[in-house]
Amino acid sequence: MLDYTAMIVAIGPELWLAAAGLLGVLLGAVLKDRFNALSFKYGALALFGAAALSLMFYQGGEAFGGLVRTNTFLNFAKFVSFAVGGFALIMSEGFLKRHDTIRYEYVLLTIFASLGMGMMLSAADLMTLYMGIETLSLSSYVLAAFHRDSARSSEAGLKYFVLGALASGMLLYGASLVYGFSGTTNFVGISSADPSVGLMFGMVLMIVGLGFKISAAPMHVWTPDVYEGAPTPVGAFFASAPKMASMVVFANVMFTAFGDVMDQWQLIVAIISGLSMIIGAFGALTQTNIKRLLGYSSIANVGYALVAVAAGPASGAGAVLIFMTIYVVSALGLFAGVLAMRRRGGMVESIDELGGLMSSRPWLAISLTILIFSIAGLPPFGGFFGKWEVFNAGIEGGLLPLAVILVISSVVSLGYYLRIVKIIWFDEPKERFETIDGSVTLTVLASALVAGILFLVFINQLAQWSYDAASGLAS
Amino acid sequence: MGGFPIISAVVFLPLIGALIIMGVRSATAGSFSSEEAGKDSRAALLAGLIISSATFVASVAAFLTFDANVAGYQLVEQYAWYGNITYKVGIDGLSMPLILLTTFLTPICLLASWNSIHTRVTEYVVAFLVLETFMLGVFAALDIVLFYIFFESGLIPMFLIIGIWGGKEKIYAAFKFFLYTLLGSLLMLVAVVYMFQAAGSSDIEVLEKFAFPPHVQTWLWLAFAASFAVKLPMWPVHTWLPDAHVQAPTAGSVILAGVLLKMGGYGFLRFSLPMFPDASHLFQPAMFALAVIAIVYTSLVAWRQTDMKKLIAYSSVAHMGFVTLGIFSFNEVGVQGAIFQMLSHGLIASALFLIVGVVYDRMHTREIAAYGGLVKRMPVYATLFMLFTMANIGLPGTSGFIGEILTMVGGFQASTWAAAGAALGVIFSAVYMLTLYRRTVFGEITNPKLNDISDMNVIELVCIVPLALLTILFGVAPNLIFNITEGAANRILSLMVGG
Repeated sequence: MLDYTAMIVAIGPELWLAAAGLLGVLLGAVLKDRFNALSFKYGALALFGAAALSLMFYQGGEAFGGLVRTNTFLNFAKFVSFAVGGFALIMSEGFLKRHDTIRYEYVLLTIFASLGMGMMLSAADLMTLYMGIETLSLSSYVLAAFHRDSARSSEAGLKYFVLGALASGMLLYGASLVYGFSGTTNFVGISSADPSVGLMFGMVLMIVGLGFKISAAPMHVWTPDVYEGAPTPVGAFFASAPKMASMVVFANVMFTAFGDVMDQWQLIVAIISGLSMIIGAFGALTQTNIKRLLGYSSIANVGYALVAVAAGPASGAGAVLIFMTIYVVSALGLFAGVLAMRRRGGMVESIDELGGLMSSRPWLAISLTILIFSIAGLPPFGGFFGKWEVFNAGIEGGLLPLAVILVISSVVSLGYYLRIVKIIWFDEPKERFETIDGSVTLTVLASALVAGILFLVFINQLAQWSYDAASGLAS
Repeated sequence: MGGFPIISAVVFLPLIGALIIMGVRSATAGSFSSEEAGKDSRAALLAGLIISSATFVASVAAFLTFDANVAGYQLVEQYAWYGNITYKVGIDGLSMPLILLTTFLTPICLLASWNSIHTRVTEYVVAFLVLETFMLGVFAALDIVLFYIFFESGLIPMFLIIGIWGGKEKIYAAFKFFLYTLLGSLLMLVAVVYMFQAAGSSDIEVLEKFAFPPHVQTWLWLAFAASFAVKLPMWPVHTWLPDAHVQAPTAGSVILAGVLLKMGGYGFLRFSLPMFPDASHLFQPAMFALAVIAIVYTSLVAWRQTDMKKLIAYSSVAHMGFVTLGIFSFNEVGVQGAIFQMLSHGLIASALFLIVGVVYDRMHTREIAAYGGLVKRMPVYATLFMLFTMANIGLPGTSGFIGEILTMVGGFQASTWAAAGAALGVIFSAVYMLTLYRRTVFGEITNPKLNDISDMNVIELVCIVPLALLTILFGVAPNLIFNITEGAANRILSLMVGG
């Protein structure tokens, strides 16, 4: 006999998203093209509803005989992922309309991707974990190739798919080894299993597979290509919602399933983290395409977040939430800024096209500047506290070398962040960008306000929420 | 606590003003950075002047409630902010004069820009006001994380000021300024995080009393020194300064020399000495050596400059060498002298940059060779220039003398050799300043363009004369300053012994 109450409490948001996705398929089949424009409001409603539900059942619970188990740590991540996913969806409507690809499939894929995010966050078992990850990934591959007439978009989709399949294979292989040597697929069971060599082998393979999903170096190679090739709103989605979810899943798997063998994986995660920071920072230096640059910047930022993971659950769990929340809000805003770069009816993506933005669109320029400085971790903007938390966690966890790499890569990355600021403020004004969608402007302004200013003033509140949420991990 | 939060009001008044200016400008013109100059831009400058003057009045009001007989922090405001990090501001005898210097120089900077800045004026005013908030925050912060935030935030508006309104090589100078300072600050951040975790608090008053083990002190001291030495700047990390000064607009140079450099000296006095006394003693010889090298070497470099602004920039490095000497003498005379020298240099160097700006606005060149015989066309200018030349050399009767003699007396008590080396700098400063003065002001007019150059106008006089008056006033009656700083200087030194 199924306990429906427990089910809803544990995975209410996912049930809601699954229902919304299936209903959307039906609506699409019945209304056909008439559903296209309407579907974006429908999708936003679904995602914001899911975000609300994750707050409603914030404490979480266990269902399906231990296949899913949620707590505040995971529900916090769900809330942020669904909310930024909703914003990413809203701001993509104008873009798709102009490119004649406004189709309800886009919305449905986003909903199913979000369902996957929710599933993998709720997972307390290797099976559900893999199902969630694949639901997210398969939807993402199609989204990346959504401009099917564009060679770049198709290439991005294919590249993402081939490499993603390889990573999934690794993950699956690792999972089977873990199952083979521990005799269980349940996280709790795995954590109490005898840490044999085979189990560790499986764990390493799983780290590789999960590392691909969060685009940590050296499994990062796909990121710049996919960010560049995928339609810009899809890039905005990839950089925000799944980033948050995957990062928290990575932390969750490490902290719960492999929590007792931290001494075994700490060094691996630390190396991945250091490599990501260095490759992200140096790789971005020579980029001229703003989407590629954001791709490398996301690799570096994943490296920063991994510092907190490597520091362990006690000091790192809260820091991961704080850092990633501030990061994904900033990343969403920056991608919205890229969406605003439109001239002569087409998108422009070269960084130089931002030249003199301060003269032509001052508020957009100021917001982007705040977002860039925030993502660079420069005070007085909110991003500073994201890095402060990670840094604190790193030092508390005794990871001094990582802290040093963090400092160095911050200085290096300032090199390219400052170049964008220079182009916006110092260069000769270029032609004005064409009319910008209201939703895009709103996203840029709102994220700059939230990431830049509100997170600074109310950082205590965010930190308290995050640390309260992280305490759910222990129980 | 309780009562009107006057310090917060002083710190945030410019920021609020900047937001109002931005809002009004974009409401009236649709966008606040349209290219049209003229009326609107004057209105923005005027608004900026009013706001910064109001800030000055507010800081004077704070000064009037300030009690010089209390050694510790006064007018303290403390609010919970973020975990153990609190929003805590207050003043003592060390920060009070520097706050007054900042609020005094900012309106002068804006006024000095009246005729020299014509593009993107609103943004210019906003940048200056935001910068003023950050500078005041640095001096008022009594929480080390809050201090760090203000300290590093100041880079952003200064980066924009150099990069937008600067000279030909402005981009290079802006990047160099930013990255040099940032690298130093991030090392300081590592130390701040460590101290925060070790002491469990970021309150400066707590940290002053917290005894860090000596070997830890060494590392923390070095991390802080990396930041302050770049900011001060000390030889050999001073190379960003001449570039930044030469490329920055006049007002930018004034604020850079007048206030931003003082943050380095302030940092040494506020953090390095009281919190890491053992390490400070350990590094005293090294600091003396660097100070003397700075004084002698950069004085000689200054002598060979052909660019007026560069010459004054190098002379700033030399004069900040005296500050280093005074701070690390660890006696009352030296520390008081160092604080006095910071204030005095804030007045004199600012005035010298304004004086260069006066002829630059007319001739659009800073080459010394392009000038000569200015006294024949600009007698008032020549007189004021003479006064500040003498003040920069350290002639008795000007504030420059008091600062140099006291830091040397302090240094002499700690190390005869260091003081002897520094004394050389006084001679060299006479060499390069008098050379500069002779070649620009005296002689025949060789450049035909100089024939119809006009003397200083009212705005320029209003900017420079107050600085001249204060330079003489503090030169004749230095006790006006010492009465304020005495308590703070003694407190820092007692913390070094007791802490």
